[in-house]
Amino acid sequence: MAKMKFLCDSERCIECNGCVTACKNEHEVPWGVNRRRVVTLDDGAPGESSISVACMHCSDAPCAAVCPVDCFYTTDDGIVLHDKDLCIGCGYCFYACPFGAPQYPQKEAFGIRGKMDKCTFCAGGPESDNSETEYEKYGRNRIAEGKLPLCAEMCATKALLAGDGDMVADIYRERVLKRGGRPQTWGWETAYKQA
Amino acid sequence: MTVERTQPGTEGRKQRKLRRALWTVALVLGLSMVLPLTGMLLTSDTTGQALAQQQQAQEEAAAVAKEEQQRRDFWRAAREGTAGYTAVSGQETNVLIQSEGEVWRAVREGPIMRYGGIGLLAVLGAIILFHLIAGTVKLEQRSGRTITRWTLFERVIHWYTAILFIILGITGLSLLFGRTVMMPWMGKEAFAAFANVAKPVHDWLAVPFAVGLVLMMVPWIKESLPKAYDFAWLKMGGGYFDRSKHPPAGFVNAGEKIWYWLLFFGGIVLLVSGFFLLFPNFGWERGTMQLAHIAHAVSGVALIAFSLGHMYLGTLGNQGTLEGMISGEVDELWAKAHHNLWYEEVMKHGNPKEASRGAGAGQPLTT
Ligand code: HEM
Ligand code: SF4
Ligand code: SF4
Repeated sequence: MAKMKFLCDSERCIECNGCVTACKNEHEVPWGVNRRRVVTLDDGAPGESSISVACMHCSDAPCAAVCPVDCFYTTDDGIVLHDKDLCIGCGYCFYACPFGAPQYPQKEAFGIRGKMDKCTFCAGGPESDNSETEYEKYGRNRIAEGKLPLCAEMCATKALLAGDGDMVADIYRERVLKRGGRPQTWGWETAYKQA
Repeated sequence: MTVERTQPGTEGRKQRKLRRALWTVALVLGLSMVLPLTGMLLTSDTTGQALAQQQQAQEEAAAVAKEEQQRRDFWRAAREGTAGYTAVSGQETNVLIQSEGEVWRAVREGPIMRYGGIGLLAVLGAIILFHLIAGTVKLEQRSGRTITRWTLFERVIHWYTAILFIILGITGLSLLFGRTVMMPWMGKEAFAAFANVAKPVHDWLAVPFAVGLVLMMVPWIKESLPKAYDFAWLKMGGGYFDRSKHPPAGFVNAGEKIWYWLLFFGGIVLLVSGFFLLFPNFGWERGTMQLAHIAHAVSGVALIAFSLGHMYLGTLGNQGTLEGMISGEVDELWAKAHHNLWYEEVMKHGNPKEASRGAGAGQPLTT
């Protein structure tokens, strides 16, 4: 079975935030929540580099391991999804996640955070595919329509790759072969080492 | 003559030949020594060039290595959670990877869940075993006369705090162990529905519990200070094992004092860490929340374990103890058996609460 992965080619990422915007728009993500973000290291200094990051859909997902109500599940494609009906908004997945992917619609006194929200790899949630409720809770289910995540589709420089892990790795390897330099599959070691 | 002439002539040719040969050998020897030197001069020249090349290559390699080192540092920084810049607002959105989460998960799953779970079961098992073997410390005789032990305020605050403690303990434990213990037989949906109530209940009841804990602990601090005779009580195991002798005890015994101080310090950890967990809106960083969570879960589980012992000794373990916390009155003989020093004080002075506990400890409401 395919194992869906994200890969951000930092040599190509120009920090345009197109992916962030595409995601936000596609899924009508609630106010204050961003499922994807672009982080620039050494901003303004020589060697500046940017990476677009969201949930990496880890192989042995730490979020799923710590969730008190066990509301995460991994699809056959290796996409990590969760059930908002079960989520109690405890914040534990946010403590455990290496990539800071889990987001909360609110953050108030008395531990009130609301239902956790995160990148779904454009694969919706447990509701029936592309139903009204699925869209409201999790956003569009592009995977069910045979499409790949919109962030990567929209990426102008094709820095952000999304899809079957092997294909993504092949595309990236070819690039590195052509342009030289060392491959840097950012985040893969953390996300997929137990693959 | 000619022979004679020719002889020296041949002699002379021979000598010349020999000389030439010698010179040739000398020349060959000499050249063979000098030529290599010129070779050396030549080669030393190429070595100079090679050296220069080598140096250049080294510099280039160093530059590459430096760049690679920079890259490695860069990626290590990215892995280690060094903050960068991001246009996306939110908590720690500028950090790419935080690895402490793995540590937090390992501590929660390992020491806290495994050893905490085993510890709780062990305490429960030990209590049951003790009860089966040693049994209740009976109050053989009653005098029929009672002494005021707990004021109404003390009793109300004790039960108020105790009930909240139990509710917080059950809701807290269900967050920690519910997935392992409750979900298998309840089902995921039912457990999640329960947890969706348990979590806000734990959150909201935390505040009245904190108030109760402080109101309960502060007035009791005086009676809980250790005294010399407390060591004798401990040495005798509280009299629970050899029941022929009564260990010395004041208003509260050494065991109760230990429970007090565990609750005192554990309570501080619990309240402070709970405070952090309760207010995510203050923007604590993940690291802070992880630490607070570990401190909270450890102190919570530890206090629950000790509270089991407290509950057993206050009810099944000692006949006549529970009625003190309910009615406020204890039988004189109970006081004599369990708190002999306090009992003697009470007998000497008329007013039990005033005499033994000093003014300000709360006025007795029953006379
Ligand atoms: C002032 C008192 C307290 C406060 C402010 C407080 C707050 C919290 C908060 C905010 C959480 C995180 C989950 C959530 O958001 O609901 C939590 C979890 C927990 N609390 Fe408390 N709590 C308090 C008292 C107690 C007491 C008295 C106990 C035990 C007797 C306890 C045991 C636990 C446990 C075991 C957890 C779960 C840890 C885990 O799931 O890993 N808490 N508490
Ligand atoms: S990136 Fe975070 S939220 Fe996504 S699967 Fe991994 S641990 Fe879970
Ligand atoms: S916030 Fe929700 S999804 Fe995350 S660990 Fe808690 S219950 Fe699970």
